[in-house]
Amino acid sequence: MHLGRPWLRLGKSASTVFGFLVVFFFLVMAFIGPFVAPYKYSDQTLAERLQPPSAKHWFGTDALGRDIFSRILVGSRDVFLVAGSGAILAILIGLLLGLSSGYFGGALDEVIMRMMDVLLAIPPLLLSMVILGTVGPSRVNVVFVVGFLYTPMVARVVRSVVLDVRTRGFVEAAKLRGESSAYVLLREILPSVLPPLAVESSMRFSYAIFLVASLGFLGLGVQPPSPDWGLMVGEARTWFSQAQWILLFPAGAIALLVVGVAFMSDGLRRILLPDVAGAG
Amino acid sequence: MTAYIVRRLGLILLTVLIASMVIFIATQLLPGDVAHVILGQFATPAAIENLREELGLNRPAVVQYADWLARFVTGDWGKSMVSGYAVRPLVLARLRNSFMLAILAFSLYVPLGIALGVVAAVNADRALDRALSALTMTFVGLPEFVSGLILIGTLALSWDLLPANSSISPDSGFLEAFPYLVLPAIAISLTCLGYVARMTRASTIDALRSDYAMAADLKGLPRIQVLLRHVLRNSLLPTVTVVAVSIGWLFGGLIVVESVFGYPGLGRLLVYGIQHRDLTLIQACSMVVVTIFGFANLLADVLYGVLNPRIRFSQ
Amino acid sequence: MDKSTSQSEGQTVLEIKGLGVIYESEKGPLETVRDVSLKIGRGEVYGLVGESGSGKTTLARAVVRYLPRNGRISSGSVLLNGIDLLHLSPVEMRRVWGAKIAMVHQDPSAAVNPSLTVGEQVAEVARIHLGLSRGPAWQKALEMLAKVQLPDPGAMARRYPHQLSGGMLQRILIAAALITSPQLLIMDEPTTSLDVTTEAVILDLIRDLLKDYETAVLYITHNLGVIANVCDRVGVMYAGRLVEEGSIQQVFKHSLFPYTMGLMGCVPRIDVVRRGILLNTIPGFIPRPGEWPRGCIFAGRCPIVEEACRDTPMPLVEREPGHLTACRRWTGMDRVQVAFGIKDKVAQEHHPASGSTWLEAKDVKKYFGTGSSWLTRALKRRSTSVRAVDGISLRAQSGATVGIVGESGCGKTTFARCVVGLEQPTAGEVMLDGKRLGSTWAKRSPEILRQIQMVFQNPDASLNPFHPVGTSVSRPIMLRSRLSRSELDLQVRALFRAVRLPEDYTSRLPHELSGGEKQRVAIARAFAASPSVIICDEPVSSLDVSVQASLMNLLAELQSSKETTYLFISHDLAAVRHLSDRIAVIYLGQIVETGSAESVFAPPYHPYTEALFSAIPIPDPDVHRERIRLRGAVPSAAHIPSGCRFHTRCPRNIGTICEDHEPPWQDAGDDHFIQCHIPFQQLRAMQNAKADRHAVQVRAQA
Repeated sequence: MHLGRPWLRLGKSASTVFGFLVVFFFLVMAFIGPFVAPYKYSDQTLAERLQPPSAKHWFGTDALGRDIFSRILVGSRDVFLVAGSGAILAILIGLLLGLSSGYFGGALDEVIMRMMDVLLAIPPLLLSMVILGTVGPSRVNVVFVVGFLYTPMVARVVRSVVLDVRTRGFVEAAKLRGESSAYVLLREILPSVLPPLAVESSMRFSYAIFLVASLGFLGLGVQPPSPDWGLMVGEARTWFSQAQWILLFPAGAIALLVVGVAFMSDGLRRILLPDVAGAG
Repeated sequence: MTAYIVRRLGLILLTVLIASMVIFIATQLLPGDVAHVILGQFATPAAIENLREELGLNRPAVVQYADWLARFVTGDWGKSMVSGYAVRPLVLARLRNSFMLAILAFSLYVPLGIALGVVAAVNADRALDRALSALTMTFVGLPEFVSGLILIGTLALSWDLLPANSSISPDSGFLEAFPYLVLPAIAISLTCLGYVARMTRASTIDALRSDYAMAADLKGLPRIQVLLRHVLRNSLLPTVTVVAVSIGWLFGGLIVVESVFGYPGLGRLLVYGIQHRDLTLIQACSMVVVTIFGFANLLADVLYGVLNPRIRFSQ
Repeated sequence: MDKSTSQSEGQTVLEIKGLGVIYESEKGPLETVRDVSLKIGRGEVYGLVGESGSGKTTLARAVVRYLPRNGRISSGSVLLNGIDLLHLSPVEMRRVWGAKIAMVHQDPSAAVNPSLTVGEQVAEVARIHLGLSRGPAWQKALEMLAKVQLPDPGAMARRYPHQLSGGMLQRILIAAALITSPQLLIMDEPTTSLDVTTEAVILDLIRDLLKDYETAVLYITHNLGVIANVCDRVGVMYAGRLVEEGSIQQVFKHSLFPYTMGLMGCVPRIDVVRRGILLNTIPGFIPRPGEWPRGCIFAGRCPIVEEACRDTPMPLVEREPGHLTACRRWTGMDRVQVAFGIKDKVAQEHHPASGSTWLEAKDVKKYFGTGSSWLTRALKRRSTSVRAVDGISLRAQSGATVGIVGESGCGKTTFARCVVGLEQPTAGEVMLDGKRLGSTWAKRSPEILRQIQMVFQNPDASLNPFHPVGTSVSRPIMLRSRLSRSELDLQVRALFRAVRLPEDYTSRLPHELSGGEKQRVAIARAFAASPSVIICDEPVSSLDVSVQASLMNLLAELQSSKETTYLFISHDLAAVRHLSDRIAVIYLGQIVETGSAESVFAPPYHPYTEALFSAIPIPDPDVHRERIRLRGAVPSAAHIPSGCRFHTRCPRNIGTICEDHEPPWQDAGDDHFIQCHIPFQQLRAMQNAKADRHAVQVRAQA
C-alpha cells in the first residue's frame, strides 16, 4: 500500500471526485450551516407557508412557513452528528470486537460471532424501530441504536482480516521474538486492518444515513422540530400533491449525500484495496 | 451433504432462538417501563401496578421469556393491546399481503440484478460498465421512501399511469391487487437491485479472470459456452448467498414502502404497533419476520450446498 | 532424442519471427519481449527456459494471442503451418484454440472448472472440435483418460475436480489438450506445482505420450533438469530475449552464452554437490522491463564483458550447425567457466560439528481434529483426526545442519512449527541443551524464544508491509537490550552488510524489494536475535534458481561464522544436501530414513528415498538413470495406511508383512538408520547391483 501516486488516480474517476465534493460540501455545511443559512431553521412565518421556490426562499417554505433551504443546510449537521456518531460508535466497538475475536480465537471468538450472527439475522430497520419504540426516539438513542446495529458487520470485516493476517510470517516472527500481545495487535496486525476498515467505515456511514433518514421518515427517529431530512420528508407527505418542493428537496439531499458517500467509498476501495474486484 | 444441512439447520434454529430473546428484551425489558408507556403520562401509580400484574411484568425476566416463547411456539400470539383482537389471524392476513408484494419485488430485482451484474462484468471497465456502476450505486443509495415518493410523483400523480395509493382491501386477491402492487414493488426493488447487481458483478469478474476461464477459452469453446458453462456456473454460486442477504434489505424496504403507499401489509402493521405501543403486535410481527428470514437463509444454504460440488460430494 | 535437424525438412509447424510484446503500465509502455524468433518442427519438443521476468510466459500468451487487456504484440509474426496467427480475427482465432493449438497450464487445480465433472471437461473439446455428439464424445474422452494412464476411466470421468489430486488433474488437462491431436501443444510449467515424485510420473507420461503424436511442443519451464529429460532442443530466454538456442547436447554440454553457463552452475545437482562446496551465483539482477541496457542484455552481469558488448546488442547468430547464440565472445567460453568459478570452486571451510546434542526433538506428534468450532464438532458424529506429525525424533549438534526432506503434506512444516513453538504438539517434547522447552511460544521465556528463530517460506508474507525493513530487523535487538538509537542503527547496518544488502535499504518498504532481497532481510532478522538455532522452512523454494544459489551460499557462510544450528526444511533434495550434515527423510508424518548426508545419499536407501532420488530430473542429457516410480498418490494424513505407511506405493513391497506390521528401525552403521522390513544389507545389494548394471549399460553405449 503506497500512498502518493494513487491519490492522483482518484482524480481520474469522475464519480469519485463527485462523491468527495458532495461529502465535503455537506461536511462544511455541518459546521457553518447555522451561520450561513439565511433563516433560522425553526423560524416560522405562517404568512408565508407553502411558498414555491423564489428569490426570497430558494427552496420555498414548508407548511409552517419555515425556509426549506436553511433547514436543509442546518440539517446536514444533524446528519453528520447522528448518523456519523452512530457509524463511529459501530466502527470503534466493531474494531475492538473484531480484533479480539480474530486474534484470541477460542470461546471468545465463538461467543462474539454467535452474537453477531443473531444481530445480523434481524433486519436492521426492524430492530431499530422496535428498540426505539421501547426506549423512546431521541437523538442519543438513535445514535446508540445505529452503533449497536452496525457493529456486527464491522466486527466481521475486521475479524476476517485479522484471521488472514495473523498467519503471515511477520506476525509469527513477532510472536517468536517475544513481543507482547498488545504490540502484535497494534503494531503488526492493525496497520493491515485499517485500509479495509476505512472502506467498510465509509460504506457504514452511507448505510447509517440511509437508516436514520428512514427512521425519521417513519417518525421513529429524530423528533421535530429538528431539521432531520428524513423527518422533513415524512412531514411533507400530507402536502405532496400541492407542494412537491417540500418533499423533493430534502429527499434529494438525502439521496445526494448517500450516493456521494457511496461513490467516495468506492474510490477509497480503489486506492486502498487495489486487488479486490469491487462492486464497481 | 446431510451433515451439512443438519449443521445449518441447527445453527439457524439457535440463531432464531437467540433473536427471539433479543426481541423480547427489546420490547419488554428495556428501560422505559412498559406499563407506563402503554398507559401514558397521566396514568396513576395504581393503574400502572395493576397493569403490571396483569401483564405478568413482575415475574423474573427468564420466566416471562420462557412463558412468552412457549405460548408463541404453540400458536398463542396473544391479544392486541389496542384493539383486543387476537393477534395471530391479523398478522397472518397481513403477512399474506406482504408476501404478495415481496414476491413481486423479488421476481423483479433478482433476475434483473443478476443480468445487470453479469453485463457489467463482461464489459468491465468500459463505458457501459461505468454507466451501470453509477446507476446501481445510485439505486443503492436511494432510500425506498425517496424512490417510492418519486415514483408516486411521476408515474402516478403527473402521468396518471398507476395508482398513487395502495390502501386496498386487506383481503384482495393477487390479480385484484396487482395494479396497486406495481409501484411499491418497483420502489423496493430498486435498492435491492443495486445491491445484487454490484455483488454479482464482483463475483463474475473474479470468475472471468480465473485460470479456468482462460483454460476454457483456450480450448476453443464458443464464447457463450465459456460464459455460461464455465464462468457463470461458478460465479453464480456466491450469488445465492447474496440474494439471501438481500432479503434482509427486502424486509426493510417492505416496512418503509408499505407506509409510503398505505399498503395493508406486515410492515405497516408493525409501524402501527410501534406507534401505539401495542406490545403483542410488535412481538408477533417481529418474530414472524425473523423466522421467515431465518428459513430463507436456510433455504439459501441448502441451495448453495446442492449447487456446489465440493459440498454435494464431500467425503 | 536428438532431433536437432528435423526442422530443416520443411516440417516446421511453428515459426515465430521477431516477436515483440509491450505492456501498458502506469509508467508508460514497457517492453517485455523483444525480437524473439524460433522454429519448432513436427514432433519436436522445444524447451523454453528462463527465470521469472524472462518473458517466457508472456511469449506463450502472445503466440496464442491471449494477452491481458494492457498487453499487445508490437512487432513480428507467428506462423502456424504457414498461417500468420496475428492476422486472424478473434472469431478465427477461437477456432484455432483447442483444435490447432492446445495449452496445458501450470496449476492444474486452478485450471479446471470446479463445477463440472472432469470427464465433461475433456468431452466438451471433442464435441466442439471433432463434431462428435454426446455419446461418442464421452467415449473418446474415456479413451483419452486411459491413454493418460488414469485408473478406471469410467468412474474417474464422473468425478469432480476437488476429488482428485494435482497429478490426476494434470493428466486430465493433458488429455483435454491432446484429444484433438493439435498441431502445436504449449505446456507452461506443467509440473512445477506438483511434488517431485508426481512430477516424475507426469514427465514420463509426457515423454511416452508425445511419441504417439506428431504435435510440435513448446515446453516452458525454469527447471533445467526437466528440459534435459523431456526436450529435444532448448531456447534460453533472458530479460525478454532469446539469448541462446540449440540441441540439448549442444546447450548443456558446451553452452555458448555466459548466462546459460551461469544458470547451470547455480543449480545444485543431486549427483555432484556436496556439503561445503559453494554454489555458483550470478552477481547482479535481471534488468526490469523499461530498464533494459543499450547493448547486450546480459552485459551488466557478464564475467567476460567488453566495452563493445555494452554498446551494440548482438542478434542471435548460428555459430555451429543448429546452435545459435547472442554472445559476441562465443569463442571464449572457457574463460566464463573460470570467471564463474564453475570448475574449481573453492570448498567452503567447513568444520563438521562435534559435540553434544544441542537441539533435540523426542517423539513429537501433532494431530489435528477436523471440524473448526465446538458446534460443528458436536454436531458431527465421528471425528477423523489428521495425524500430521506422527512421532518424529531427531537430534542436532551445535553448529550443524539437520536437513529435513519430504514432499508436500508430509508434516515437515508442521514439525518445524512444533519445534519453534507456533504449534502445540499433541505429544512429545523439544529440548534445548538438555532442558525441556515449553510447548508453545507463549509458554517459553523471552530468553528461550530468542534462541530459536525461524525463516519463513513466503518472502512476501514474512515482512510487515507497513514497516521499513530496517525496523523489522531492529526489533529483535531492541527487545533484548537497551541500546541507544545510534548503536541500534550500527547493529542493523552490520546485519545488512552480513546479508549482502546495501545499507541504505534500511529505510525501504518491503514492496520495494525483490523476493530474494526480502528473504535476505528475513535472514538478517532471524540472526538479529543472536539465536543458537535457526529453522529454515523452505526459505528458497519460491525464488529463482540464481537467487536460490546465492541465498544458500549466504546461509552456509553465516553458519560457519556464527556457529548457528540449522534445521533446514525443503522438498529439494539437492538443496538439502548442499547445506546439511545430517538428513532426515519424512513420509506421512514419520521419519523413514536418517543419517549423515553422505550415508543417506549412498546405498542402502529406504525405498522412498530411492524413489525421490530417481525422480529428480538432472540437468545433464548424458546421465540416464533407472526410473523408479511410485504408484498412486500420497494418502491423506487423515487415513494413514496400516503397517508400513509407505506400503501402498512402495516399489519394493514384499507382501503382507509390509501391510500388517510397522517396520523396525535398522541400524545400517555410521549413525545411519532405515525404517524398513527389508534387511538393509539386502537393500544395499539390490541397489548396488542396479548401479553396476547401469554402469555396464553406459559403457556399452559409449
